[in-house]
Amino acid sequence: MTTAQSPTAGAPHGSHRNGRVSARARDLHLTDSVRSARHDARAQGGRSGEWMPYLPASGSPHRPPGVDPATLVWAETVAPGGYTHKVLARGTRLRFDDPTGDACAHLLLYNALEPVERLNVADTQKVPWQAYLGENHPLLSGDGRVLAVVSADSSGRHDAFCGTTTDAWNERKYGDARPEGPSPSGRGLFLKAAAKHGLGRRDLPPGVSFFQGVRVEADGTLGWQGSAGPGTHVELVAEMPLLVLVANVVHPLDPRPEYVVGPLRVHAWRGTPTGPGEPRFTATPELHRAYLNTVDYCEARGL
Amino acid sequence: MATTPSGNTPVTCPTVSGGTVASTVPVGAVYAEDSRLDRGASLVEGTVVLDETVAPNAPWSAVVRKGHVLTIVDVGGNQSADCLLYDADDPEERYSVPDTLAWQGNTYVRTGTVLRSNEGRALMTVVADEIDRQDTIGGACGKESNTLRYGHHVMFQHGCRENFLAEAGRRGLGVRDLVSNLNWFMNVPVEADGALGIVDGMSAPGRRVAVRAETDVLVLVSNCPQMNNPCNDFNPTPLRMLVVDPAPAADEARSARAAGTPEGTA
Repeated sequence: MTTAQSPTAGAPHGSHRNGRVSARARDLHLTDSVRSARHDARAQGGRSGEWMPYLPASGSPHRPPGVDPATLVWAETVAPGGYTHKVLARGTRLRFDDPTGDACAHLLLYNALEPVERLNVADTQKVPWQAYLGENHPLLSGDGRVLAVVSADSSGRHDAFCGTTTDAWNERKYGDARPEGPSPSGRGLFLKAAAKHGLGRRDLPPGVSFFQGVRVEADGTLGWQGSAGPGTHVELVAEMPLLVLVANVVHPLDPRPEYVVGPLRVHAWRGTPTGPGEPRFTATPELHRAYLNTVDYCEARGL
Repeated sequence: MATTPSGNTPVTCPTVSGGTVASTVPVGAVYAEDSRLDRGASLVEGTVVLDETVAPNAPWSAVVRKGHVLTIVDVGGNQSADCLLYDADDPEERYSVPDTLAWQGNTYVRTGTVLRSNEGRALMTVVADEIDRQDTIGGACGKESNTLRYGHHVMFQHGCRENFLAEAGRRGLGVRDLVSNLNWFMNVPVEADGALGIVDGMSAPGRRVAVRAETDVLVLVSNCPQMNNPCNDFNPTPLRMLVVDPAPAADEARSARAAGTPEGTA
């Protein structure tokens, strides 16, 4: 599970087997006319792979326990070295699962209606007076609002310091950073996801990552904890309409010489934003005011 | 010492129409007459190419050419110089806190720290530092985030985000270009349980940090108003920004000029 693929293996990346049917297993002479090419292409539909979106989401083979399938709006297994993105309504519950213990969910969040409002990691650490992400930790924008909040966490191994990897980092560490190569960088994948929403290099702020922990030692040294093992999950509540960008790539401080990353499961289902009647709304003075700001924005906007 | 503006005590401000309004925003320069000030000098020898003062609460920017060294002097002590860096030729490549931290494997900025871009490249290197460590995780203050930290009554105070927006605008940049920043002379420890916060500074009047540009770098600075943090007695003081071209040893003429410039030597 921890062996890097050769540079020619192609996507998906990292340590896990390619889920696609090998071209060599097929008769290469089935496409000698448009009609036969169409038949050949259509005959490939309906197959399943290790990593893919599940449509409709209610048909996901990995539905989170206790979730009514009819409420699911997003179900996907993101390939190792893959990326995904989605616009979610306010109140949506978003869950990441790490089935193998080797996923790393690098995350960027934006106000879907005005993407200049986006995740601000400095405020996300400074305002709650806490560097480590965990239950009830808000993911704050630079505009004093809660984009999302961590509502459940069975991992406890996360990082808001190191962000994701760059091409320069992966070229130095793995010899290759191309998005189509065996060890894509997180920034390269974020750029693709952002481009599909009309966003570019200016729109990628520092991000956070889930499932591979980092801790700060007394002298400031950043120590990599690794994961809490297979089978952990993190849940978020979208407190605003969100554009979510996810890259599932190796954490920058992962000391293993191979590009080791496992599949990442993503599920989202309809729900309601955190309301004044819930303990989280007033859990701290800072969180309370952040919620007041968020509700104020959403009410004015008719959300 | 200036009065504390962070409470609800209103300050009377004149209006354009000739009337007055009560405001929590103080007016004018706010460092007290008896503030101890030390304008210092460059930490690195060389020909002075720029020597400017950033007023308390004000923004500033300049392009520092490759190989030149910027010395920032904390003239009044425990002032926070909030700072953003951009590749001057391609401002979409800009300072990155996470890349800087990950490449050096440490949370704090000290002598030797390479200040890296969002693409992992070196923008500047800290070549001298007169306090124990510099901060790059605390981010900037802003009208909006201040409402979370201190309450909604502080909404109309001045903040570094306003300074960054104003100075970025003068350089053709905007809100999309603001990212997590450096805070020269600010102290943000991270404790064992992850608790962190801005605490009393370790700087003093005249303390300096020097950074060498590894490419042509646009430097944006906000001289922090520090309206709600007692680390500077609510008494913002000036910063001195000194850029020198370190005289190449082989270039005797330039060395001679540098030696003849009082502020070009430490």
